[in-house]
Amino acid sequence: MNRGDVRSSAAQTDSETQFQARLLGIIRIVFLLKTVWAVIAALLLGAILILLAGGDPLEGYSALFRGAFADYWGIGDTLVRMSPLLLAGLAVIIPLRAGLFNIGAEGQIYIGALFATIAALYLPEYLPGLVRIVLCIIVGALGGALWATIPGLLKAYRGTNEIITSLLLSYVAVNLIGAVLHMWLIEPGAPYPYSREVPEEVILPIFLPRTQAHVGIMISWIAALVVAVMFWKTTLGQSIQVVGHNKHAAAYAGLNVKRLTVLSFALGGSMGGLAGVFEVLGLKYRLFDHFSPGYGMQGIIVAFLAALNPIGAIFAAIFLGGLQVGAGAMQRATGIDTTMVAALQGLVVLCVALGLALKFHPDRWQRRIVAWRSSR
Amino acid sequence: MTEAPDRLTLEGITKRFGPFCANNDVNLQIAEHSIHAILGENGAGKSTLMNIIYGLYTPDAGRILSRGREVTISDPREAMALGIGMVHQHFKQVNTMSVVENVVLGLPGKQILDLGEDRRRVSEMAAELGSAIDPDQLMSTLPIGQQQRVEILKMLYREADLLILDEPTSVLTPNEIESFFKLLRQLRDSGRTILLITHKLDEVMDLSDRVTVMRQGRVEAELEISDTTPRELARVMVGRDVVFDVAHTKPRVGAPVLEVEGISAVDDRGVQALHNLSLKVRGGEILGIVGIDGNGQRELAEAVVGLRELTGGTISISGTDTKSYGPNERKHKLKVGYVPEDRQKVGLDLDSDISLNMVLRGYRQAPYSNFGLMDYARIRTHAEDLAKRYDVRMRGVSQRVRDLSGGNQQKIILAREIEDDPKVLVVSQPTKGLDVGAIEFVQRTLLSQRDEGAGILYISSELDELLLVADRLAVIFKGRIVGELPASEATPEKLGLLMTGRDIHEQG
Repeated sequence: MNRGDVRSSAAQTDSETQFQARLLGIIRIVFLLKTVWAVIAALLLGAILILLAGGDPLEGYSALFRGAFADYWGIGDTLVRMSPLLLAGLAVIIPLRAGLFNIGAEGQIYIGALFATIAALYLPEYLPGLVRIVLCIIVGALGGALWATIPGLLKAYRGTNEIITSLLLSYVAVNLIGAVLHMWLIEPGAPYPYSREVPEEVILPIFLPRTQAHVGIMISWIAALVVAVMFWKTTLGQSIQVVGHNKHAAAYAGLNVKRLTVLSFALGGSMGGLAGVFEVLGLKYRLFDHFSPGYGMQGIIVAFLAALNPIGAIFAAIFLGGLQVGAGAMQRATGIDTTMVAALQGLVVLCVALGLALKFHPDRWQRRIVAWRSSR
Repeated sequence: MTEAPDRLTLEGITKRFGPFCANNDVNLQIAEHSIHAILGENGAGKSTLMNIIYGLYTPDAGRILSRGREVTISDPREAMALGIGMVHQHFKQVNTMSVVENVVLGLPGKQILDLGEDRRRVSEMAAELGSAIDPDQLMSTLPIGQQQRVEILKMLYREADLLILDEPTSVLTPNEIESFFKLLRQLRDSGRTILLITHKLDEVMDLSDRVTVMRQGRVEAELEISDTTPRELARVMVGRDVVFDVAHTKPRVGAPVLEVEGISAVDDRGVQALHNLSLKVRGGEILGIVGIDGNGQRELAEAVVGLRELTGGTISISGTDTKSYGPNERKHKLKVGYVPEDRQKVGLDLDSDISLNMVLRGYRQAPYSNFGLMDYARIRTHAEDLAKRYDVRMRGVSQRVRDLSGGNQQKIILAREIEDDPKVLVVSQPTKGLDVGAIEFVQRTLLSQRDEGAGILYISSELDELLLVADRLAVIFKGRIVGELPASEATPEKLGLLMTGRDIHEQG
C-alpha cells in the first residue's frame, strides 16, 4: 500500500493549494473583463482589415481617436452621437432585465420624435419656453412608452413573441411618420418630407459653446443614473429582475408578472421616446423622414457591450459614438473609407457575442490547473 | 470464491477542489456480483467519488483497481472499456428519438445506420429484464420508470457489468420503485455488480449486500447489511443519533383556520383538476393529503394560497372569505405560508442571493423596503439571523441560491414561510430529495409550528412520512377528497385502496 505517499503529498499541498486558489482568482478576473478583451480583439481584427485595404492601422486608429475624443469639436460631436445611442441602449436594457427582448427601440424613437414635434408645434405660445420643453419631453417619452406597450401587452396577455412584434412595429412606426409628414406636418414647399421648424423657445440650449452638444445629452446621463438606481435600490427594479430570473418564482412572490412585463416594456419605450425628443428639439429642430441612422438597432449593441449595466451603457455609447464620429476624421487623414467603421462595429458585436459564449467554469479551470501542476 | 479479486477497489482516493476536500483517503472494495450501496448525506462526497470512478474527475491521490489490476480512468470511454457504466440522476437522453436510437447513440464503428439488428437485440434484452419496451417508441412518450430502464439497457448494451446508479429512485413513484428493486436483484443474480448511490436508508436495507457510509468526504464505515440496523446507519451517516419518531404529541386542536368548500379549478392546460372539493383544517393540527401525484394536489395547494383561480366554491381563512385576496394579501394579511412542491422552479429565485430569497415574498413591504426603496442592509441582517437559526450552510448570505444543496434551499423556504408566524401553512412534498438529517429538521419544524397553533395542510406522496407527521389524513383522487380518517386509524392498505379510487367501505 502507498498510504505513506498520500500523507506526505497532503502535507506539501498547503502552499500549493494557496497558489492554485490565487491562480483561479486571476482567471476569474480575466473572465470578468471579457468585454474589454472582445473590444481589443475587434480592434486588432479591424487593423488587419485596414492593412488589407492598403491603409496604416496605427495611423488610422490614431486619426479616429483624435477625431472623436482629442479635440473640442470632436468631443461635442461624439456626445451628440452618444445620447441617442445611450437612450436606445437603456430601451433595450430595462426590458431585457425582465427577460424580454425589445428589438423595436427604433420605432419608439420615431414615435417619441413625432409626439414631441406635434407638442412643440401646437402647444400654446403663451406658455413659457421651459414649461413647453418639459411638456414636449414628457409627451415624447409617453409616445415611446405607448408604442412599446403594444408588444408588452401582446406578450403578457397573448404570449406573442415580443422579438417579432417589437421589430415589426418599428417599420410601422417609420412609415407612420412618413405618412403623417406627407399628409399633415410637411413644411409647404419642402423638397422632401420634413416638418416646419419648431419654435425657438422649445429648442434645447447648447452646453458646449460652438458645438451641437445640447442639454438633452445631460438628461440622457441622468436617465442612465435613474435606471441604475432603479435596479440597485428600488423594489420595482428588484421585481423586474425577479421576473427576468424566474416567472414562476415571481408569481409565487406575489408579483403581477403580466403588469411588470408591460411596465418594463413601457419604461424601455419611454427611453427610446426620449432619444426621439432630443433629436428633434436638440439637434435637427424639425421632424425629418427617416431621421434615425438606426440608433434603435445600435442600442442592442450598447446593451450587450454594457452587459446590461445602465452605467456601463454610458461608456459603451461613448465608445460607439466615438467610432462613428472618428470615422470621418479617419477618412480625411488617411483615406480609409468610413465604411470601415461599420465593419469595425460588426466585429465588436461578433467578438462580444463570442465572449458571451465563454463562461467561467471554476470546476473546469480547477481541474486544468491541477493537471498542469501535477504534470510539472 | 474468496480468492477472486474484488470487482473494483479504491485505495486512498483523495480529491480536492481548492481548499475543499471532497474525498479524503477513501477506501472502497466492491465484490463481484453484489449490490453495494454508498450511503451519505447530500454533500458527503458520493457524487465526486462516482465521477472519479467514471473518469469525469481525476483523483489527486490514490489508486483504482479493476479486478485486482491497477487502472487509470481519465474519461468515461475508458470507464466503459472496463465495463463500468453510469446511470445519472438526470438521464442523458434525446427525447425526440426512439428507444433503439437512444441506445445505439454514440456507439462507434458504423457508417450506415442499420437498426434492424439493434432493434431485435434491444427488445430481447428488455424482455430479459422483464419489461416490454417497444424499441421504436419515442423516448418522450415513455413514463419515467421506463426511461430509466432504457438508460440501464444502454449501459448493458455497451457490455457494462458494473453499473453505477446515482439516486435512482428519486424520480420513481412507490409502485415503480418496487419493480425497479426486482430488476436490480435480477441484474445482480445474472452476474452484474451494482453500485448504488443513495441517501435513503430503507433502500439500502432492502436492497444491498454491503454498504459504505460516507460523511464529509470520508468513509465512516463499511458494513454488511446483515450486521447492521437502520438506526446505526443513520447515526454513522449523520454523525449523531437521529430521532426517527419525531416527538408526536397529541394535537391541541383549535378553531378551523382553513375551510375549503366545494371548490373547482382547472389545471394549466385548462382541464378540470379539482371537482367540488371540500376540506377543513383546524389550528394546531396537520391534515395530510395522500394521493398519487397528479390527482390535483398542486392545484389544491395553489388554490389555497391564491396562485390559482377558482371556477367554483369558496375558501375561507380564519373565517375570512378569500375571494378578493391575492397571493400577497393571503401571505401577509391572512398569514398563509406556502412551501411549494418545486422548490427550484417556484419557491426560489435561484439566480438571486440568499438574502433576497429570505424575503422573496415580503421585500416590497416594510421593513425591508420603504417608499419603494429597498433596504438591503436590513434584508442582509435579517437573512444572516435566519440563516443562523435555520442552520443554512453557506459561504455568506450573498451567495447565489443556485449553488446551495437541496436541503439548504429548503431551509431557506421554510425559514421564510414560517418566520412571520403563519396561521395556515401549505406544504407540498417538503422532504423530496432531502437526506435523513434534513428530513428530520423539516418535520420537527412543521410539528413545532403545529404546536404553536398553525393549521397545516401537508401534501405528500410519501405515505410513511404522512403517517408519521399528520394528525388526520385525507385521500385525494382525481380532484376529489375520497376519504378522510384519523392518522391513528390509517394503514397503508386502507389508504392504498382509496388512492386508487376505491371505497374502503365497499371492500367491507
